[in-house]
Amino acid sequence: MSKKTTATDEKKDAARVSPAAKAPVNAKLTKEERIELYRKMVRIRRFEERSLRAYQAKKIGGFLHLYIGQEAVAVGACSLMGKHDHVITAYRDHGHAIAVGMDTKPLMAELYGKVTGCSKGKGGSMHYFDPSRNYWGGHGIVGGQIPLGVGLAYGVKYLGQKGAAMAFMGDGAVNQGAVHEAYNLAALWNLPAIFVIENNRYSMGTSQERSSAGPGLAQRAEAYGMAWDVCNGHDVYEVRATMDKALNRARDEFKPSVVEIDTYRYRGHSVADPDKTYRDKAEIEEYQRTKDPITLFQKTLLDEGVLNEALVELIDTEARAEADVAADFSEASPYPTVEDIQKDVYWEIDNPAQRASQGRLFFE
Amino acid sequence: MSVITYREAIRHALAEELERDSNVVVMGEEVAQFNGAYKVTEGLLAKFGPKRIVDTPISEAGFIGMGLGASMLGVRPVMELMFWSFYSVAFDQILNNAANVRYMSGGQINCPIVIRGPANGGTNVGATHSHTPENVLANHPGIKVVVPSTPADAKGLLKSAIRDNDPVMFLENTLLYGEKGEVPEGDIVIPLGKADIKREGTDLTIVTYGRSVLHSLAAAAILEKEHDISVEIVDLRTIRPLDIDTVLKSVAKTHRVLIVEEQKPFASVGSQLAFMIQKEAFDELDGPIHRLATIDAPAIYSPPVEVEQLPNPARVLKAALAAVA
Repeated sequence: MSKKTTATDEKKDAARVSPAAKAPVNAKLTKEERIELYRKMVRIRRFEERSLRAYQAKKIGGFLHLYIGQEAVAVGACSLMGKHDHVITAYRDHGHAIAVGMDTKPLMAELYGKVTGCSKGKGGSMHYFDPSRNYWGGHGIVGGQIPLGVGLAYGVKYLGQKGAAMAFMGDGAVNQGAVHEAYNLAALWNLPAIFVIENNRYSMGTSQERSSAGPGLAQRAEAYGMAWDVCNGHDVYEVRATMDKALNRARDEFKPSVVEIDTYRYRGHSVADPDKTYRDKAEIEEYQRTKDPITLFQKTLLDEGVLNEALVELIDTEARAEADVAADFSEASPYPTVEDIQKDVYWEIDNPAQRASQGRLFFE
Repeated sequence: MSVITYREAIRHALAEELERDSNVVVMGEEVAQFNGAYKVTEGLLAKFGPKRIVDTPISEAGFIGMGLGASMLGVRPVMELMFWSFYSVAFDQILNNAANVRYMSGGQINCPIVIRGPANGGTNVGATHSHTPENVLANHPGIKVVVPSTPADAKGLLKSAIRDNDPVMFLENTLLYGEKGEVPEGDIVIPLGKADIKREGTDLTIVTYGRSVLHSLAAAAILEKEHDISVEIVDLRTIRPLDIDTVLKSVAKTHRVLIVEEQKPFASVGSQLAFMIQKEAFDELDGPIHRLATIDAPAIYSPPVEVEQLPNPARVLKAALAAVA
């Protein structure tokens, strides 16, 4: 492969321009909004890298499912949210949390199990929530969040609001029964739900070829009479253009859809995955070299004249500093107390003045 | 005061709450057009229309999860399970999601959902359709569990359940749907977690709930008449929250305890009660705590034998005599 001819360079440059850049939803973006998309992706990556270091330093317990490599998906989709649009996802949930605007300090503190965490140290990595930002988790059981997502869509419609619910899942979730039940309900009742399959190619360590029958994951929507689409999740513009169509279909017509977004995770399923059994290192490196969503968008914005090298450097420095600040904040925060264990279980216990029931709610 | 069936009492509670709060929705298999598999929701579709009374496909994990998701946004779904036995296919939605969302969100999210339907044996439908999961449900902090025995209790407790901001599991009984009882007119609300003395007595406390209350009352009448034994019957009404104080007060009065439950014995509601009674009223006991449960096997089909597998008046009578011996 020659790298010398001008023609090839031009071809490569042409390929670098996202065909989705001209989509109205992207064309209308201001310079600041474009930079913000980029900044969020960088902030997610630096947050995840910092959390991995904290995990390796044994500051974090349990599982840690990193979003590195998939940043354009959450950032692109969540950047389209209006007042009555909702998000729910599975356990690889840090990216969505940052994408909807959660502060990274309580996010990191949650990993540390501190009371200053977004769930007061009660949820952990897999269970981030922020209902004030229409972010409904953060769910640990594969596919279990998808019926809840349909419920959010049902709620939006029932309450007479104009909005939609994006229910994210991985490519492994598509074989869970609850997901198909949710598809059926959404299609049957014309609910404004978008089922977003973040296809990172592996359900834990099992490739799509080894786990999912049929010609494609999104195509299963046809069985329920739902619209479906597939898009390149390495390109934040394309994620936005594709999701915008699905969101408008949901908001305006109460029509659900399935969107499969091709993406890739650079790290193992969780940090406990040695990542040596089911894929080659060369495959990961190829993705990093040719399809990294941050690198690609950085080039796009440099080409557009929106970013410059100094700003790229500044954004990265700030993101690293922010992650460090979050880690320092977490380190300095206290743990919940043993007394806290039984708080936040029942609404009634936490609101004793309004308690209507009697009797014991806790046992020993 | 009017005399109505347990079924009608539940229907009245649903209708009154649907009337009171526009966010209440009734959903489930056959609840609307079919008028309810057990006719509990009969007439509600005609009165409230298809937005409020919703037929679901046979898809428990899907629609229970959907109701839960809607409840997070402030809708107050009352979901009917045709049989509580079908909870097993929605287990993840009920006991991973409904029970845990509030906790895992650090108290940010409420799930004001009610899941209701019959949970009982005794109808010759075999092991898959005869589960009584109140112990399994109550084992999950975050969940409330109600098992009413009379029409008045069913109405008053269901109204409380629908107004509750926590997820409430409401366990009815197909063999009680046709039972009649006096129900006060109007907006009766019985707080969850308040036991009811269904019969006063001095020699033996029977702690029970659900249909076993009726068996215990029948046995108590015979015990009084033929054995001169005065039985006090404590109907728990709610399993979680649990009104243990009323139980302990009765134990302090009679000093003898029999627990009667339509439960498999291992780690049952009665197991928990027995632990609490011995722990908190050890000095009041004149003998060991006795228990009458379902005979420990999957529910048998054979109609006359199933009667013997479950608590019934004759079995309660025998167990009571052993408890006071």
